[in-house]
Order: sequence, then C-alpha cells, then structure tokens
Amino acid sequence: MTDFWILLTAILAASACALVGSFLVLRKQAMLSDAISHAVLPGIVIAFLLTSSRNTFPMLIGAGAFGLLTVYLTDKLHSQGRIMHDSSMGIVFTTLFAIGVILISLFATSVDLDLDCVLYGEIAYVPWDTWTFRGLEMGPRPVWILGFVLLINLVFVITSFKELQIYSFDKELALSMGIPLGLIHYGLMGTVSFSTIAAFESVGAILVVALIIVPPATAYLLTTDLRKMIVLSVIIGILSAITGYLMAFGLNVSISGSMAVMTGVFFALAFLFSPLDGVISRKFRKTLTIEDKQTAAS
Amino acid sequence: MSEFFADILFLQNPTLRWVLAGTILLGFSAGTLGCFAILRNRALVGDAVAHAILPGVCLAFIIAGNKDPLMLLAGSIVSGWVSIMVMDFIIRNSKISADTAIGMVLSVFFGLGVVLLSWIQASGNVNQSGLDAFLFGSAASMLPEDIMVFGGVSFLVLVAIFLFYKELKIVSFDPSYARAIGYPVKRVELLIGILLVLTITAGIQAVGVVLMASMLIIPAAAARYWTDSLSVMLVIAAFVGAISGISGSLISYTAPGMPTGPWMVVSAALIFGLSFLLAPGRGEFQRWMQRLSYHKKVTMENVLKTLYHLEESDKKMHRVRTLREIAKKRRMELTEITKGLRLLKRKGWIEHLKGTPSGYLLTENGREEARRIVRIHRLWELYLTERLEIAGDHVHDDAESMEHLITPEIEAQLATILGEPTLDPHFEEIPYPSPKKEQL
Repeated sequence: MTDFWILLTAILAASACALVGSFLVLRKQAMLSDAISHAVLPGIVIAFLLTSSRNTFPMLIGAGAFGLLTVYLTDKLHSQGRIMHDSSMGIVFTTLFAIGVILISLFATSVDLDLDCVLYGEIAYVPWDTWTFRGLEMGPRPVWILGFVLLINLVFVITSFKELQIYSFDKELALSMGIPLGLIHYGLMGTVSFSTIAAFESVGAILVVALIIVPPATAYLLTTDLRKMIVLSVIIGILSAITGYLMAFGLNVSISGSMAVMTGVFFALAFLFSPLDGVISRKFRKTLTIEDKQTAAS
Repeated sequence: MSEFFADILFLQNPTLRWVLAGTILLGFSAGTLGCFAILRNRALVGDAVAHAILPGVCLAFIIAGNKDPLMLLAGSIVSGWVSIMVMDFIIRNSKISADTAIGMVLSVFFGLGVVLLSWIQASGNVNQSGLDAFLFGSAASMLPEDIMVFGGVSFLVLVAIFLFYKELKIVSFDPSYARAIGYPVKRVELLIGILLVLTITAGIQAVGVVLMASMLIIPAAAARYWTDSLSVMLVIAAFVGAISGISGSLISYTAPGMPTGPWMVVSAALIFGLSFLLAPGRGEFQRWMQRLSYHKKVTMENVLKTLYHLEESDKKMHRVRTLREIAKKRRMELTEITKGLRLLKRKGWIEHLKGTPSGYLLTENGREEARRIVRIHRLWELYLTERLEIAGDHVHDDAESMEHLITPEIEAQLATILGEPTLDPHFEEIPYPSPKKEQL
C-alpha cells in the first residue's frame, strides 16, 4: 500500500507540474519555477510562526503569496529598474531565500523546519502523513492536496486554453485581440506557484523544477502541436515518476532524486532520437540525402 | 565589551580574520565575474553550475572514500565544467531556449547528486557528514586552508580579467562582431566558463549552493546603476561584493547563530536597493524628480499659453484675467491651474492684481515666453500637415506634447524648412519674437 501512495503522489505531482510547465517552457520563463520554489521559503516560515503548526493550508497561503510576490517583483524590477529579466529574477529569489534562511535561524528554537527537507523533500514519508476528516481515515494528505492542485490546473488550462496558447506564442497578438494578459499571466503564475509548493512538500524545492521543466522540454522536441505537447509532457512526467520509483527501489537511493534523473534520461533520448529534430536522427537524415543524391546522380 | 570591539577593529580573533578574508575574496571575484555573466545575459548560469557541482562532489567522495578537499574540489570543477558543456550543447543543437536548458541542467544534475548522496548515506560511511556544509555553506567554519584556496582562485580570476580585459569586453558586448574581426570567441567563452566554475566551487563553501548565484548577480547588477563603463563597473561590483562579505561576516560574528551567507546576500541586496533608488542618472529617485519637474513645466507652460490665447481672442493686452476665465478657456483641474499660476508668478512671467476683479496679467517676459510656446505649437502643426501630410484636425494633440520638448535649435530649423510661415494650418497667426526687443 505504501508503494501505491508514493507512486500516486509522484504521478499527481508530475502531471500537475507538466501541465503548467509547458507554458513556462514556451514563454522562455522556465527558470521562474526555480525562482518560485526557492522564494516561497520565507512565506512558509512566516505561516509556520503565525500558526505555530505544520498545518498545510496556512503554509500553502504563505508560500503562494511569496510565489506571486516573486513574479511581481521580478516583473517590476525588469520594467522599472531596466534589468534583464533573468538577472532581476536572480536578485529577487536569492534574496527572498536568504531572508527565509535568516528567519529560520532567528527562530531556530520555535521553528521545527528542516532545511534539508524543504530542499530535497522526502516522498518516502508521504504514506504516514495521513489526513483524518471527522474521524475518517482519508489517506495521505499530499495526495489530496496534489489532486486538488491538479484539478485546478486542469480547469485553468482547459477553460483558458485559447488565451494561453496565444499568450505563449505571440504577446502582441494577444494584446491586440483584447485578451486580458495580466489575468492570464498571473493566473498561470498562480497555478505555477501552487503546483510548485504543493509538489515540493513531497519532492523538494529543486526537484520540482525538474518535473516542471524537463518533461515539457522533452515533449517540445517531439511535437509542434501545443495540445499534443501538453499531453505528451504529462505522459513523460508520469513515466519518469514510475521509472524513477523503480530505479530508487532497485538501487536503494533517493526516490525524488531518481525521478529527476529519469526526466533527464527521457530528455536525452528525445534530444538524440526525436524524429523531428533529434541530433542523431538529423545526422542520419543528412547522410541519407547525400546517398540519395549519389544514387540520383548515378 | 571593549574586548569585543577590539576583536572587530583589530581582528584579534583568528577565526573572524579568516572568515573576513574568505568572504572579502569571494565578494571580489564573484562581483567582477558576475559583471560578465549579466552583460552576456547569462545571469542564471551560475545558479545551474552551483547546483551541478553536487554530483561531482559525491562522486569524488565515493572514489576517494574520504573528504579530501583536493579531491572534492577536482570533482566539483569537473562536474561544473560538464554542466556548462551540456547546457551549451543543448542550446546549440536544438530549439530548446537558454533558460529551459539552464533549468534542466540545474535540476537533473542536482537530482543525480541527491541520488548519489543517498547512496553514500545508505552505504553507512560515517564520513559523509559535512557534505551538507558544502551545500548550505558555513563560512564560520572555514579553515585557513580553505582561505588559501579562495585567495588562489580570486587572484587567478583578477589576473585573468586584467590580462584578457579587451577580449572579455568585446565578447561580452558583441560576440558576433568579435567573431567577425577574428577574435577567438570560443576560447574567451571557455576562459569565462573556467573562471566561473572555479569561483563557484570556491564560493559554495562560504555561502552555499543556492546563494552562490546571488553573489554573482547582485553586486554586478548594483554596479550597473552607477556607470556605463565596464572597467568602473568591475571595480564597483568588486567592492559591493567585498562590503557584503564584510557585513555578512560581522553580523554572524556579533549575533551568534546567524548564518554568514544569507546575511551577505541580504547586505548585497540592500546595496542593490540603494543603488536602484539613489544612483545618479539611472536611479528611481532622480528619475522621479525629473518626471516631477517635467510635469511642473508642462502645467506652467499650459497656463501661460492659456493666458496668451485669452489675449489673442479679444486683443486686450492689459485686461486682467480671472481664474474662472482661465478655467473656462482650458480644461484643467483648478488646483493644477493655481499651481501653474504660482510657478509663473515666481518666474516673474505674470502679475497678480488684487483688485476687483482679482486676476492675472502677463508681464513682458511672460508674453515673450508664451509666444515661444505657441509658436512651436503652430510651427509643429504646420510641419505635420505640410511635410508629413497629416490631416489638419489630427495634429493638435501631437503639438500639445511637442511644444514642451522642442529646443530653440529645432525650432529655428522648423521655421527655416517651412519658410518662416505666418499662418498655421488653422489660419491662426504664428507669433514670432517681438521685433521691439531686437531694436533695443
């Protein structure tokens, strides 16, 4: 049963992340997931200090607020301070993370937050983090949270698919069509924040970045159709979760780490062998055409 | 207490001395190197390299079986280097964008590191403790040997920048131009990569993986506000880095339990914030002041122009104009009008006559100034209709903004191009400077 819960958590996290990650990869804002996953630390600590409990809900709120704050400050610094987007992101998220670490050491006696746990996460503990609702055993809490986030992401992507599509490819067109860019932007950033936060509880801050970026990037190499890309990236995310779990089980190593490695393996395969664009298939195609020319010449 | 200050002032505490030396050196090399990173739009590469070092450290540990600092250093340099190569290879050989490649390398390499770390932990090797310090940094526990490594790396970075300054500069600003004139761009990029990996590897011990990126980005970004010259920017960034290092070390020394690295970052961020607000030219404060004074100028000139228009419409130069008349002629907030009037009075361009009715009158200088503004407005309208063939009823709004901007030189050019015209597109007179003055 523990295997089942761990796998289910991983699959839900991978799907939720891949769903919104596709748009980040297309918008060339992939590193935003890295920024958000680090910058939410002070939000978590503050929520923890205010409620003095490890209740997930206040933490999600605190983290969500800081996730959106990161996006807002990055945008502001980029437009107002005239700094390159990636530099302003680097300034904002590392500073917020530093403040989070300082807060933890400031309240070290009252904050029982393990920095290692925030950064690596520990999906192996998921089955024991159960949720009891009115005396009823409801199963692991992360499963419920991730399921909920996945549902929100699904609803968001399906209801505003057309807007998201135009927003991802052509901001000017979107603007001229009267699409509420701000709403779509912050909607996407909100779902990215919540997916990041919900997922990193179980897989850790840095590995959630792998789930958000790598499967969509892999799918991006395999298709040119946005719909197919999203579906493929979810499938690749789930496959990485399953194979990663098997690898961790076989070698007796970190589960979340293995999953990140597997996303990398799938990307490497697509990078080399993608029929569209793969490095090796391209070479193969080139030699073929030369041979074709030779046969045609003779 | 006095002992405590003596500690800080005369660096009597050996630990503090080493920590200070280490963080200052780190600030110096990361600050200067960061300038090239942000000018090449590669700000976050440092973040990826810092994370990608983990598997190298773990592998070195597995191979050596202990925490031999040289082995760990070699391991991190190799894996940091491999991560840069992989990033470049992905960007060059696929449609994957730079930020996606950076994120992928960062997370997958780190994931591999976590796997290796858990492998080491499972193998029960007691020596593995301390790898954590490698990740989160512990400046306070830096040993003299670590500082020697730091010093060596910083020295190398500074010498390399000094020797190859010209090459680094041209490749950072315009790589395609550099390639075109035959610079060894590849080799210069290689050099930057090597220096980056070295600095990050050394710096991680002090500030940890996550915050290493900020020591590369923040001082350089702060320095950018103060200058347009690369050499000055390098010096400022180095000092911002060094000052952050000093401040971080002192805070963690005076308040035990406070981590050095995060305070270094927060100090650097504060300096950045101050630069963002106060730097001359680019700073928010000065830009705000400029906006404010421009706004004042526009308000003032609009009111002045309105007074002139009133004169023009009834040809009565000595009639006092009340506030109500002005407000009726031009749609402006009353508070704006009074603000404009107050400014005009201070300039000596209008007189306030307190009779019945109480009102305002243009002075000689004020009238001349008003004529100048109206002249520019009408010249510009004429230019738009005659030269750019824009319909006469479309040119007013544009002229409204141009009248506050056009310099006397451009004004003279406009008048010459249009052949010193006397009427604007709406057949209103273009007022030239009164000849009276020139006769005097």
